[in-house]
Amino acid sequence: MKDPVVAGAGVAASIAAPAERGRVSRLTRWLESEKLLATVLLVPGMAILLIFIAYPFVMALWYSLTSIRVGDPGEFVGIANFAKAWNDTVFQLAFKNTVFYTFWATVFKLALGMWLALLLNRSFRFKRIIRASMLLPFIIPTVLSAFAWRWMFDPTFSVMNWLLYHSGVITDRLPFLSDGDWALWCAVLVNTWRGMPFFAITLLAGLQTISPDLHEAAALDGANAWHRFWHVTWPLLLPVTLVVVVFSVIQTFSDFQLIYVLTGGGPANSTHLIATYAYQVGVASGLLGEGAALSLFMFPVLFGVVWFQLRFMKRMEGH
Amino acid sequence: MVIERKWKKWFVFYIPMAVFIVFTLFPFYWMAVTAVRPDGELYRTWRQASATPFWTLQPTLEHFEGLLRTTAFPHWLWNTMLIAMVSTLISLICGMFAGYALARLKFRGSEFLGTAIFVTYLVPQTLLFIPLADIIRDLHLGNTPWALMLTYPTFLIPFCTWLLMGYFKTIPKELEECARIDGATRFGAMVRIIFPVSIPGILSAGIFAFTLSWNEFIYALIFMSSAELKTVPVGVVSELIRGDIFFWGQLMAGALLGSIPVALVYSFFVEYYVTGLTGSVKG
Repeated sequence: MKDPVVAGAGVAASIAAPAERGRVSRLTRWLESEKLLATVLLVPGMAILLIFIAYPFVMALWYSLTSIRVGDPGEFVGIANFAKAWNDTVFQLAFKNTVFYTFWATVFKLALGMWLALLLNRSFRFKRIIRASMLLPFIIPTVLSAFAWRWMFDPTFSVMNWLLYHSGVITDRLPFLSDGDWALWCAVLVNTWRGMPFFAITLLAGLQTISPDLHEAAALDGANAWHRFWHVTWPLLLPVTLVVVVFSVIQTFSDFQLIYVLTGGGPANSTHLIATYAYQVGVASGLLGEGAALSLFMFPVLFGVVWFQLRFMKRMEGH
Repeated sequence: MVIERKWKKWFVFYIPMAVFIVFTLFPFYWMAVTAVRPDGELYRTWRQASATPFWTLQPTLEHFEGLLRTTAFPHWLWNTMLIAMVSTLISLICGMFAGYALARLKFRGSEFLGTAIFVTYLVPQTLLFIPLADIIRDLHLGNTPWALMLTYPTFLIPFCTWLLMGYFKTIPKELEECARIDGATRFGAMVRIIFPVSIPGILSAGIFAFTLSWNEFIYALIFMSSAELKTVPVGVVSELIRGDIFFWGQLMAGALLGSIPVALVYSFFVEYYVTGLTGSVKG
């Protein structure tokens, strides 16, 4: 039922523009249908996603099956690009590196992030400002902070070497970025530095939903700190942890900027990730088909992770 | 209460916390020190006795001067700001509309669409950059800010939609129903009732989207070629390394200046940012 006063006001307002009124009311009546309104509201976002995600994805599939390069449309070559990548020793190493990098960085981010979250969950002075500054690595553009790290790892002017040398830990400089194995561990370190705050803050949000009563009850039953963490905190935090890990795995597995700045894939192609190698082949060398095939190698892994995530979400909703 | 002894608190709290703080903030300190250190001091090897790596007695602004005079840095900063703001705005509008539709309207396939949008959120930029570069060129967007303003929303819209959908669901339906009884249209109720009530959620999504676009690198690297049109991260990489020579002083000055705007925005809206961050992972 319409309020007569409001309806009257509507009439008064529309007297001024009688011609427009017909059009507007037809439009508003039309938008009263849930289906039509939903369509209208969804079109702008969906259009952008279709043009700039779905379409390029289909194109990537097509590119990967052709010998296209810059300025040459190429021809259909079947799975030749994939086969070539499969037998390419640099790609094999890049794939191994990506798995290694993702695995270790995620392990460290989770362990340190959890520890930091537990520390931040206590009450102490300057808590707000400390918590806020802990997130800085996550805010500052990766490229810019990765440069600071690269400068800290510099072979000749490294502050790390200076520190370790003057504290008597080393007698000769460490080859931070000039050795493939060392460089990959350095990348893991920088990625951990950058991603740890994300873990810490999200886990902290989870921690704050756990009632302190549970801890007290466990403490009364004689559980020590480690038992309380393992039997109370960890199980209750598991849903949040899983989601954070999934996000982090996707981000780390497809990482590009950190390696691009830190090592550029070097020395001698030993620290490439799938994404940086795909960039080198597809953009720097202009072999678009091969580059597209290389980056599509990420897809099965990402798909598996997303599928796991969706199933997990469904299960959580069921509860 | 679980009571702790004083000495124990040092081991389980103060020392680990201090280590975390140093680990987290040292690179920023290092950036700042390097940026004000004169070249003569900058390039002293780590073994030289006179090396004082942690401070400098002759702070200088020469690197900042050089950065502002010899490069297009002010342009980069402006471009980054403009692109981040426009793509955030586009994503917010699309996300608010789509989020409302998915949270409140009943239509066939709404669940499927929600899942589809969530899945695109998880498609990384590095999977699509090669064909996307061609699409951008075919649309004549290459080397214009629109190339980034339209592609950044691809990873921002799913996130905004998802976050706002969750937010809209927490608003009681009665609020909207009252407005409808008073004669508001569906669209009117959404714009005048739901959106204003959701300003905290919208701010969270906006701040988070803004920092994400400030951080984006690979699309900006590939789609922009003129020096004046680059964003800060790309400009720093491509213009401050000439050949094999790194201009470390200017690089760090650029990193510092390029970080300050986003750090400022962040510091004003920390709480909203944290909500956006934690909301981004809630299914």
